[in-house]
Amino acid sequence: MIRFIFLVAVLAALALAVVVRMAYLQVFDSSFLRKQSDMRIMRVIELQALRGIITDRHGEPLAVSTPVDSIWLNPEDFLAANSEERKNFLDSLNLSEDFLKKRLREASGKEFVYIERQMAPEAAQAVMDLNVPGINRQREYRRYYPGGEATAHVVGAVNIDGAGVEGVELIFNDYLTGQKGAKRVLKDRRGRIIQDVELLQASEQGQTLQLSIDNRLQYLAYRELKAAVAKHDAAGGSLVLLDAQSGEVLAMVNQPSYNPNNRNQYKPENMRNRAVTDVYELGSVIKAFGVLSALVAGDYTADSVIDTSPGKMQVHNNTVRDIRNYGRLSVREILRRSSNVGTAKLVLSIPQEELIDVYARLGFGEPTYVEFPGERSGYLETGRTLDPFSYATLAFGYGLSATATQLAKAYNIIANDGVYVPLTMLKRDPDKQVDGEQRISYEATKALREALLIDPKDGGSGQAARVSGYHVTGKSGTARKLGETGYLSDRHIASFAGFAPALNPRLVCVVVIDDPRQGGYYGGTVAAPVFSNVMRGALRLMDIPLDDESAYHVVVKGK
Amino acid sequence: MAILHSGRNRETNSNSLQKRASLWQRLHIDPLLLLSLLILMGAGLFVLVSAGNQAAGMLDRQLIRFGVALLGMLVVAQIPPRYYKMAVPVLFLLGTLLLVMVLMFGDVGGGAQRWLDLKIIRFQPSEIMKLVVPMMVAYYFSKRPLPCTFKDVIISSVIVIIPVLLVAKQPDLGTALLIAASGLFVLFLAGLPWRYIIGMLVAAMIAAPALWLVMHNYQKKRVLTLLNPESDPLGAGYHIIQSKIAIGSGGLWGKGWFKGTQSHLEFLPERSTDFIFAVLAEEFGLVGVIVLLSLYSLIILRAATISMQAQSTFTRLLAGSITLTFGIYIIINIGMVSGLFPVVGIPLPLVSYGGTSIVTLLLGFGILMSISTHRQLVSD
Repeated sequence: MIRFIFLVAVLAALALAVVVRMAYLQVFDSSFLRKQSDMRIMRVIELQALRGIITDRHGEPLAVSTPVDSIWLNPEDFLAANSEERKNFLDSLNLSEDFLKKRLREASGKEFVYIERQMAPEAAQAVMDLNVPGINRQREYRRYYPGGEATAHVVGAVNIDGAGVEGVELIFNDYLTGQKGAKRVLKDRRGRIIQDVELLQASEQGQTLQLSIDNRLQYLAYRELKAAVAKHDAAGGSLVLLDAQSGEVLAMVNQPSYNPNNRNQYKPENMRNRAVTDVYELGSVIKAFGVLSALVAGDYTADSVIDTSPGKMQVHNNTVRDIRNYGRLSVREILRRSSNVGTAKLVLSIPQEELIDVYARLGFGEPTYVEFPGERSGYLETGRTLDPFSYATLAFGYGLSATATQLAKAYNIIANDGVYVPLTMLKRDPDKQVDGEQRISYEATKALREALLIDPKDGGSGQAARVSGYHVTGKSGTARKLGETGYLSDRHIASFAGFAPALNPRLVCVVVIDDPRQGGYYGGTVAAPVFSNVMRGALRLMDIPLDDESAYHVVVKGK
Repeated sequence: MAILHSGRNRETNSNSLQKRASLWQRLHIDPLLLLSLLILMGAGLFVLVSAGNQAAGMLDRQLIRFGVALLGMLVVAQIPPRYYKMAVPVLFLLGTLLLVMVLMFGDVGGGAQRWLDLKIIRFQPSEIMKLVVPMMVAYYFSKRPLPCTFKDVIISSVIVIIPVLLVAKQPDLGTALLIAASGLFVLFLAGLPWRYIIGMLVAAMIAAPALWLVMHNYQKKRVLTLLNPESDPLGAGYHIIQSKIAIGSGGLWGKGWFKGTQSHLEFLPERSTDFIFAVLAEEFGLVGVIVLLSLYSLIILRAATISMQAQSTFTRLLAGSITLTFGIYIIINIGMVSGLFPVVGIPLPLVSYGGTSIVTLLLGFGILMSISTHRQLVSD
């Protein structure tokens, strides 16, 4: 009896020890252990912010984000899946066992591996409904580009994590990204979110970005450029269309392009926005600026006459040639015939710095400040005195390289009576006057515009650029490409630059076709028709009034 | 005896009380013990519903087990102790035989060979031995004059050690420990001289290193883990760390029913079986723990009273052993869950989800009820 009471007492003592232990854990150690508990179950997770929409100047969407789900798994938790669950999971995603094994091998030691990115939410829900251990879902946003190939280079692209990597998406990434939010959630041992605890910071949607691009013109330009590049079996091409008065880029297209909605097509050579990244020696389209420098610095007008006989001219051990002997030519005719002798005579009569200065004022050798990634500023030799032959050929466009956008910028200055308006990819406030800068004298640009006017009664090289109902100003160019051993005789850059309507220019357009190999290679044959088709459509779409016949006489005959 | 006397004394002014007392008597039910067992089991179900997280059929199966076990308890209570006494040697031989069969043909489950499939029912013979071993030792001493001699000690020790070794071989350390305890309690209560006890303690201390050598790796790991759970937080220490966090984060008042994060977010392992105490502690706090321990104390106090009032040597030793084994059961489980003892697979009596232990425990209480309600018949 005493022994029994003794044992019950021992038991009671042990029970007391247990109670003390409990009190220790639950009262004195409680806050520490509670923290330990929170560490295991509370997680702060990022809330993806909806990326801002990119629209064209009329509000048409060019890039929008749609919600998608990504499926990821925790390899350790996934071990708990039995073979049937594993099979169902793979079947639901149409994946092979080998693929899964490969992903798991890559992810060894990690707690997170993506299995399928950016699925339709319904499809992801079906996967989650299988309730396979270790499988999780993450909400993301996928970028969709309604404009496809046509707007690919301008709008650019984002990487799979939603950060801009090309084009406007990259330039204005911060503006578009918005503010990521955060929330505290309760997670179970398998990492599944059980419950939202609190919202730490709401995510802020990225802002809408309105571009200066007009989607209709962009499509038109893309269609025409693509057709021409295909027709002439060219290596590539670019087209830039500007609003002359505001400096807004209305269209900017390139060939080859790519479908930004299909990641498999992402190849660096297709993703280049050639209109800003590729520089060419453009040839005769530059000749206009050589003549312009003579109009600026010399005592010339559009009607000043130069004798180009006998169609060739010795300059510093080299010969400058025309195709044939044009005889006496006015400045206007020098441009229309693209006379090298005439141009050389004009520029050789003025100091070298004058030509360089005009080029610099037109923006050659400096970026256009549309701020595209990889934009190049081209090449302009300054600060060195050139020999007379190099100097003369610089006026023909050799020894000067530029992008299509730079060329458009220079022609825009001519179209604007010598006033430079900064180019932009963003829509300007139509009620605000843009501050311009007079870079070339009004008189000189006026004379050049008269000289560049395409006369329908004349058989010059720019005839294919004509647009019925409007007068068009412009210059074609055909340059040999520079190869490793000098200029190549069978590789060309065909170009056309100009604006319309001639009297009151509203649109500036530059077309550059790289290496046309079929159906001719002259700028007047290859690039001018593209210019004409795009201008015709653009003038009509923008409701620009037709020129009446008398306008022509004002320009051409109204001396 | 006390109940009967008081009943008789108050016969004149409390007729109905005597009638009720004799009604319980005739049904061979101890009302206080039954009531406290039912309250404990009800509370246990309450915790289990949350711990099981509404797992399909869990509550139903536990209820069926409770029903079967309670029925078994009432049946056992009807049988007078002297019949048990007569059956004990046969039961013991049969039980030992079954243990041998388990080792030879048993089903493997959870790394150990514990189950015997008799086609009709599948059970663990080791569970039954928790009752049969103390009965056998009590039977032996009831045939011998007390206090016991050295020879008695040797013989009774052999009675205990054979089944304990057979169970430990399965291996099922927790059950072996409980069987040994239940047998040794009888030995101690029978008047084992203190010098033997001291001698055994010294021997145990010397044997401990030897025991270490024969222990399975997982058993060694459990002991080491107890000493420093953080040494292997993702492996063997995981159970203890998670259960300590569950208990501690419950605090004084607990997180509330169904609101235990450690258990519901699946961090706590074995939460409806061996570690159910941690769920209770997390959801109901220190207050809930004290309520549970009070219920257990009530049962033990009632059982202890029955043991002390038992009339024969056999019944007194047996009742005492059942009472103390029940107590040690609770202490080991809670000690394990709260990180005081190594992890041995012992459920929380009558609360943990699981079949065989509930049946054995309630059969033991049935024997206690039999001892308590058949006393008078013997004395008359």
